[in-house]
Amino acid sequence: MSAVRPDKSKLYYPKMPSAWWLRRLSYFLFMMRELSSVFIALFLVIYLAQIHQLTKGPGAYVAFAQKFQSPGWIAFHVVVLAFALYHTYTWFASSAVVMPLKIGDRFIPQNAVVLLNIAAWVVVSTVIAALFMMFQG
Amino acid sequence: MTTKNIEPLWWVLFSAGGVVAAFLVPIHVILFGFAVPFGLIADTGRIYSHWLVKLYLFVLISLPLYHWAHRFLFTLVDTGLKGLRRPLAFLCYGTAIAGTLITAWVLLQI
Repeated sequence: MSAVRPDKSKLYYPKMPSAWWLRRLSYFLFMMRELSSVFIALFLVIYLAQIHQLTKGPGAYVAFAQKFQSPGWIAFHVVVLAFALYHTYTWFASSAVVMPLKIGDRFIPQNAVVLLNIAAWVVVSTVIAALFMMFQG
Repeated sequence: MTTKNIEPLWWVLFSAGGVVAAFLVPIHVILFGFAVPFGLIADTGRIYSHWLVKLYLFVLISLPLYHWAHRFLFTLVDTGLKGLRRPLAFLCYGTAIAGTLITAWVLLQI
């Protein structure tokens, strides 16, 4: 452990072209997974802007939501939904690897962990939608 | 204190944000991107005044911002901006912190 660390300039740093992620489908999908966070954040910021309209009264809030009927906004939300679902799937798939579940001494197969997550996600989504419809109505 | 020393904190916020985004965001996109604008569900925003709903919205909106910050930072680093990692880290995590404060402020206004 007493070896002197060489100068930073003498270490080997491989140069990566910035478009490396276009070379293989798996690299591209990795990049899309990373990019999903951008669309999710954008959606939430816009949602916050909509909630902020309530300071101007319920009319402004409703008017804000009605803008989303335009084709541009529909396209945006279709893209957001696709990315959000891709994030959900990849998150469940990776958490099955990162946090394997055990029953007794045996690990639950990864596919089963993903399916359990999807089942929980369906329940959570249904509950949110049901609560929202119940209390807004 | 550098961003490296508190790396585990960013990681916890990143994964918490990932969980929130995975479980909660798709149904919100369906509700607020499609169902409400097209009149399938009525929404005048009146439930937002309840503190429990505000707490939920705070979690829903703020945590995925840290998820974004972490992923976006390393996407930039991986596509050639490695030398700018520190300023980019301040920018990304700083944006998430600012977003958290703005979210809290908005929710307290309504």
